[in-house]
Amino acid sequence: MFDQADAVLLARIQFAFTVSFHFIFPAFSIGLASYLAVLEALWLKTGRTVYLTLFKYWLKIFALAFGMGVVSGIVMSYQFGTNWSVFSDKAGPVIGPLMAYEVMTAFFLEAGFLGVMLFGMNRVGRGLHFAATLMVAIGTFISAFWILSANSWMQTPAGFSINEVGQFVPESWLEIIFNPSFPYRLAHTVLAAYLTTALVVGAVGAWHLLRDRRNEAARVMFSMATGLVMVAAPIQIFAGDMHGLNTLEHQPAKVMAMEGHFESHPDGAPLILFGIPDQEAGEVRHQIAIPKASSLILKHDPDAPLDGLETLPREDWPYVPIVFWSFRIMVGLGFLMLALGGFALVQRLRGRLHSSRALHRFALAMGPSGFVAVIAGWVTTEVGRQPFTVYGLLRTAQSASPLEAPAVATSLLIFILVYFIVFGSGTLYILKLMHKAPQTATPDQTRDDETEEHQPVRAAGITPAPAVHAGRAIGSRHGPGTHASPTREER
Amino acid sequence: MMTGFFDLPTIWAFVIAFAVFAYVVMDGFDLGLGILFPAFAPGPQRDRVMNSVAPVWDGNETWLVLGGGGLMAAFPLAYAIILPALYAPIIAMLLALIFRGVAFEFRWRDARHRRAWDFAFTAGSIVATLAQGITLGALLQGIAVEGRSYAGGWWDWLTPFSLLVGVSLVIGYALLGATWLVMKTDGVLQLQCRSLALRLGIATLVCMAAVSAATPFLSGAYYEAWFAWPRVLFTAQVPLLVLICSAAFFYSLKRDHDYTPFLMALALFALGLAGLGVSIFPHVVPQAVTIWEAAAPAASLGFMLVGAAVLIPIILGYTAYAYWVFRGKTGHEGYH
Ligand code: HDD
Ligand code: HEM
Ligand code: HEM
Repeated sequence: MFDQADAVLLARIQFAFTVSFHFIFPAFSIGLASYLAVLEALWLKTGRTVYLTLFKYWLKIFALAFGMGVVSGIVMSYQFGTNWSVFSDKAGPVIGPLMAYEVMTAFFLEAGFLGVMLFGMNRVGRGLHFAATLMVAIGTFISAFWILSANSWMQTPAGFSINEVGQFVPESWLEIIFNPSFPYRLAHTVLAAYLTTALVVGAVGAWHLLRDRRNEAARVMFSMATGLVMVAAPIQIFAGDMHGLNTLEHQPAKVMAMEGHFESHPDGAPLILFGIPDQEAGEVRHQIAIPKASSLILKHDPDAPLDGLETLPREDWPYVPIVFWSFRIMVGLGFLMLALGGFALVQRLRGRLHSSRALHRFALAMGPSGFVAVIAGWVTTEVGRQPFTVYGLLRTAQSASPLEAPAVATSLLIFILVYFIVFGSGTLYILKLMHKAPQTATPDQTRDDETEEHQPVRAAGITPAPAVHAGRAIGSRHGPGTHASPTREER
Repeated sequence: MMTGFFDLPTIWAFVIAFAVFAYVVMDGFDLGLGILFPAFAPGPQRDRVMNSVAPVWDGNETWLVLGGGGLMAAFPLAYAIILPALYAPIIAMLLALIFRGVAFEFRWRDARHRRAWDFAFTAGSIVATLAQGITLGALLQGIAVEGRSYAGGWWDWLTPFSLLVGVSLVIGYALLGATWLVMKTDGVLQLQCRSLALRLGIATLVCMAAVSAATPFLSGAYYEAWFAWPRVLFTAQVPLLVLICSAAFFYSLKRDHDYTPFLMALALFALGLAGLGVSIFPHVVPQAVTIWEAAAPAASLGFMLVGAAVLIPIILGYTAYAYWVFRGKTGHEGYH
C-alpha cells in the first residue's frame, strides 16, 4: 500500500506540520519577551502603574505562549533524528554544534530565568527581577540567532568540505555561522517576530478601545503597538527586498519559483502579480503582469535578462504553485501592515489615534496577519529550497530515515490530533485572557481582581503557593505617591 | 581508530553522560511528581505539589534537549541510528511531554477542566517515563545496524526486558518525586510522602536488582564487562555502594531527615548510571557502534568543547541560583 516515496512524503508533511506549529509560538514569544522587558523598564523608570498593569496582563499570556513554544520545540529537536536520520548523520557535524550552542547559550538562559520572571517578583528585588526578564528576552534572540544560522547554512552552505563517508566536515566556523543568507534571514525573521507581536498587541488594544475608549491600559498598548508597526513595516519590506536579492544570487531557482518564471526573459522579465502556475505545463496561466518590472526590482534595470526554470533540469525544480502563492500572501500582508502603520500615523497626527473606530477595526482585523505572513514566509523559504535539504548538495529524498510508511502515517495522525487539542486549548485560553480588559489597578481594584479570578494559590495563574499575588507584591513595594490612576495628559 | 583515553570522543561521551544524568536528576523528580499526582487530594495539596516545581521544570527539561542535541552534534551517526530504531517510544515520549508540560499553565487557566489537565499531567508523566525506560532497555538489548543506518523493524524495541526497564524507571522516578516532596513539604503531606518514599524505595531496589540481574545475560559482552578478572574488582564496587546508599536511605527516612532521602535516592540513580557505563562503554550504540566510529570530526567536537567548558559551569551556576530563589518549604510563607 505504501512505498518509500510515501514514507518520505509523510515525513516531510510531519516535519512541516510540527515546525510550522512550533514557529507560531516563537514568532509571538520573541516579540513579547522584548515587549515585557520594555514595559518593566518603563515601569521602573516612571513608576506609572499602567505599565505594571500591562506587564502583568501580558505576562500571563506570555507564560502560556512560551510553554507551548517549549513543548513543541522539544519535538523539533528530536524530529531531525526520527524523520531525517540520513540528514542528521551527514549534516550533523555542522548543524549539530550550532544547535548545541543554541541549547547552551539560549535555552538554558530562557528556562533558567523564566521561573524567576514568572514567579519571583516577591522573592528577588526589582532590579534582579528586571534582569531576569531581560535574560529571557535576550535568550529568545540568541535562540533565533543560532537556529537561523543553522537553517541558513542549509539554504546557502559555506565553510565545509565533504569526507569519505559523505559527511559535511566543518572547515571554517565563521563562514558556517555567517553564511551568505544568514544576516538577511536573521534580520527579516526577528523583525517578523516584532511585527507579529505588535499586531497582536495592537489588535487587543483596539478590541478594548472599541469597547471602552477611555481604558488607559488599552490606550497605552494601542499607541505603543501601532508605533512599532509604523516603524517596523517599512523596514521589513526593505529587508525582504534585500533578502530577495541575496536569494537571487545564491538560490536562483527559488526566486524563479516565487516570481513564477518558468521561461527565460532575455530582455526584461515581467512582474507577475497574479496567475495560476501549472507545474506540469511549465507556465503561469491567466497572468496579470507588469512588463519588465521584475527585472527592474531584481536587477535594477528594466531590460536585464532573467533566466527561468526551463534552464534547469526538471528534477531540480521546486514546486512552484506553493512557493508562488505563499510569497504573494506574505508580500500582500506586508503591504497591508504598511497601510495600517500609515493609517495609524495619520490618525495620530490628527489626534484621533484613540478615537478612530475605523482604525481600531482595521487593527483588530490585522491581529492574526503576522502569524499568517510568518508561516507563508517560511513556506516560501523551505519549499523554495526543494528538492534539497542542503541546497544543491543533499536531496530531500536522500535525507530521510529508513522508516516504514505506516509508522510515519500513524504518528502524523497522532501529532495532528494532539496539536489541535492541546494547542487549540492553549490558544483559547490566550484568547480568553485577551478578552478581559486590562484594568489599571488602584490598590482596591487589585484585590477585586483577585477575588474575581478564583485562584487562591497561584493568583495570577503563574504565582506559586508561597508567593502572594505577584503584582500586589510589587505594588506594595510601590508605596504611596505614585500614579495610581491615569494622569490628565494621557486621557 | 581507537586512540588514547582522553581524546575528544571520550570527553564528549562523558559530557553527554553528564547531561543525561543531570536530566535524570532534575526531570526525574519532576516527572515523579506527575506519577504520584493521583495520590494527592485535589485542591491545596495538589496545588502545593505542582508549585514545588513550577518555577524550575522548564530548566529541568532543557537537559533532555542538551542530551539529544549533544548526541546529534557529537555522535551524529549514533543519533541517526538510534532515533529511527526507537521511533515509536520517542514519539510517544515527545507527545507525553507536551501534555505534561502544558498542564503546568493550563490547569490554572481553566478551572472547569482542571481535573482533565491534572490527568494529562499524570498520564503524560507516566508515558514519558515509561518511554524513556523502554528506550534505554531497547538500547541495551541491542539494535540492528547495517552500514550507516538502522536495519530493524519498527516494533523491535518491544521486549520483556525493555518493558521491565520502563516500569523500573517509573518506580524510580516516583521515588525521586516522593523524596523531593519530603524535602519541600511539611505536615500531613510530608508524612504521606515519607510513607510513599519507603514503599517506593523498596520497590526501586527490587527493580534495580532485577534489571542488573538480567543485563549481563543479554549479551556476552556485558557479562565480560562486569565479571572479567580483574575488572570485577572495580565493578564490584557498584553493587557495594548501592548497598551502602540504600542503608543510608532507609535510616534517614526512619530518622525523619528532610534532605538525606532525596540525596540518597539520587545517589542510587548515579550508581545505576555508572553501572550502565560499565556495561556499554566504549559503545554508543551498544554492541554495534563505538564512540570513535560515531564521533563527529574533531573540528566539530573541538568547537563545541570550548563552548561547553565555559557555558556548562555558568548554566549550573544560574540553575543553582534559580533553585536557591525558590528554596525552602513550598507553601509556607505568607500563604493562607
Ligand atoms: C527564529 C526563531 C526560532 C526558530 C526558527 C525555531 N525556534 Fe525553537 N524556539 C525558539 C525560537 C526558534 C524560542 C524563541 O527560543 C523558543 C520559543 C518559545 C520558547 O520557549 O523558546 C523555542 C523553543 C524551542 C525548544 C525548547 C527550548 C526549551 O526547552 O526551553 C526547542 C528544543 C527548540 N525550540 C528547537 C527548535 C528546532 C529544532 C527548530 C528547527 C526546526 C526550531 N526550534 C525553530
Ligand atoms: C520555524 C520556522 C520554520 C518553518 C515554518 C519551516 C517550514 C518548513 C516546511 C513547510 C518544510 C517542508 C517543505 C517541503 O517538504 O516541501 C520544511 C522542511 C524542512 N526544514 Fe524547515 N522550517 C522552519 C525552520 C527550519 C529550521 C530552523 C531548520 C533547520 C535548522 C529547518 C530544516 C528543515 C528540514 C531538514 C526540512 C526537511 C526537508 C523537507 O521536508 O523538505 N527548518 N520546513
Ligand atoms: C512585503 C515585503 C516582503 C518581502 C519583499 C519579503 C521577502 C521575503 C523573501 C524573498 C523571503 C525568502 C527568502 C529566502 O528563503 O531566500 C522571505 C522569507 C520570509 N519572510 Fe518575508 N518578505 C516581506 C514581508 C514579510 C512580512 C510582513 C513578514 C512577517 C511579518 C515576513 C516573514 C518572513 C519569514 C518568517 C520568512 C522566512 C525566513 C527567511 O527566510 O527570512 N515577510 N521574505
